[in-house]
Amino acid sequence: MDTKDKLFGKTPEEVAIICHSLDMPKYAAGQVTDWLYKKNILSIDGMTNLAAKYREALKEKYEIGLYPPSKVEESVDGTKKYLYQSGIKKFVESAYIPDGERATLCVSSQVGCKMGCLFCMTGKQGFQGNLTAGEIVNQIHSLPERDKLTSIVYMGMGEPFDNLENVLRSIEILTSAWGYGWSPRRITVSTIGIIPAMQAFLERSEANLAVSLHSPFEDERRMLMPVEQVYPLPEVLKTIKSWDFGRQRRISFEYILFKNLNDTPRHVKELARLLNGLKCRINLIRFHPIPDTPLEGSDDQAVQAFKDALNKKDILTTVRASRGEDIWAACGLLSTREMTRK
Amino acid sequence: MSSNLNGDLRRVRIEWVRQIAENAYVLEYQRFFDFEAGQIISIALSADESPRMYSIASGERDENIQVLFNVVNEGHLTPALSCLKAGDYLWTSAGFGKFTGTTGKAWWIAQGTGIAPFASMFRSGQREGKVLIHGGRYPDSFYYSDEFEPVLGENYIRCCSREIVSGTFHGRVTDYLNSIGPLSAEPLYYLCGSSEMVVETRDLLIKKGVPFTRIVGEIYF
Repeated sequence: MDTKDKLFGKTPEEVAIICHSLDMPKYAAGQVTDWLYKKNILSIDGMTNLAAKYREALKEKYEIGLYPPSKVEESVDGTKKYLYQSGIKKFVESAYIPDGERATLCVSSQVGCKMGCLFCMTGKQGFQGNLTAGEIVNQIHSLPERDKLTSIVYMGMGEPFDNLENVLRSIEILTSAWGYGWSPRRITVSTIGIIPAMQAFLERSEANLAVSLHSPFEDERRMLMPVEQVYPLPEVLKTIKSWDFGRQRRISFEYILFKNLNDTPRHVKELARLLNGLKCRINLIRFHPIPDTPLEGSDDQAVQAFKDALNKKDILTTVRASRGEDIWAACGLLSTREMTRK
Repeated sequence: MSSNLNGDLRRVRIEWVRQIAENAYVLEYQRFFDFEAGQIISIALSADESPRMYSIASGERDENIQVLFNVVNEGHLTPALSCLKAGDYLWTSAGFGKFTGTTGKAWWIAQGTGIAPFASMFRSGQREGKVLIHGGRYPDSFYYSDEFEPVLGENYIRCCSREIVSGTFHGRVTDYLNSIGPLSAEPLYYLCGSSEMVVETRDLLIKKGVPFTRIVGEIYF
């Protein structure tokens, strides 16, 4: 079993410490960092501007840590679902979603999830571990369509704020000049509302925030999302409203519409009341059914009516296009199938 | 509810710490707040470190706050908590959270130390119409059984997964639920344990006819 430490995911400061420990010259740290994040190599041998003796020294203890997807499924609409294996029987998914000039990658932050939301397939896998920052960024670096990406959303498997440090570090790698140099405004992290971690994220990152809302009523939301017991929505919103998002940083709310559950005029009215005074957007999402679920998605007419009603209340509301329905669209389905197959 | 979400930690003096099973401990400290049975608190060893959340096991009228915890060997907090002695200090929040009890009919379904919120509800007098199903690996995993057994009688079901023990069901909580007939939609079904246990049990209850609107879960995050 390979126990070498992985270089991919380390900061320049950490790379410098490694280089120093191997008696490499100071400037080598910058070279190694460049090879990691600015170039396409899969092994330390590819670091051709390093002296051979330094490459050998690095190889003794380290490896790059990049790995390609183990599987891809492509939808008729161009959406691709990539599967990455991050350990024995451990799989995570990334969804590449092209849309005209834009292309979004939805990345995972954990293997499985421990939040137990009623509508989520990933939760049924249980929690198997956090992804490292390197494993998160690998989903982007190893993506064949990497150069076409215009935005990244942390909305795949796992709760990003249950793996805060690795998520923040991955954002640092993506946005730093020494990394990929992305604008943080092209990155959105989605949470179910773990308040302490959300506060830390707002303070330590410039990326956009999305919150899974799904019902404005506490009693209803706690049936869908056990986290409501611990971090109730009013407290989540109080925290968000106390934060100055400035002109550029975006806050949005995800809202899956369930038939006869959360798609009524009463819900519109309460959403408008709760979000009053907050410059935000609501993304309505059609429910992708999962096995054995007691939930049913709202029909197109109800989705449209809900959207129109919210817009009339001056809440900018959009409906997220359903993509990749022919390739196990609900997050967690593909990896669960792979996990149970092996 | 106040904004006691990992914030506002206060230094409290430990009254006692006791080991009650191979890996399980109970500690008590003097209370400084009112709470509702089933609520949680944040605990840390110092004011400047990230706290962890635990359910309160005490009753609403008890003098002290009692916390039941398992020692996670690779963890930072629980090995240290298990070494605390009377007179030592820790940092804690007031109670918060919405996993609170009911005076009506309810099934309490717990795994391991997930029994704590139900101990709190039970000790607070919520006993009428309650069924308690507790899953544990070994006979000593059934914490507080000396309190539950005389009062709940046949409505207290222990599911022991690793050993065959007289008076307990051999298997997991889900095995027990699978072994019984359809379930009434009338009671509220409270689940407390790991995410795997809560998700699996919730799915099973739904299959057995319980509307999801009658199920509330608290997960060890």
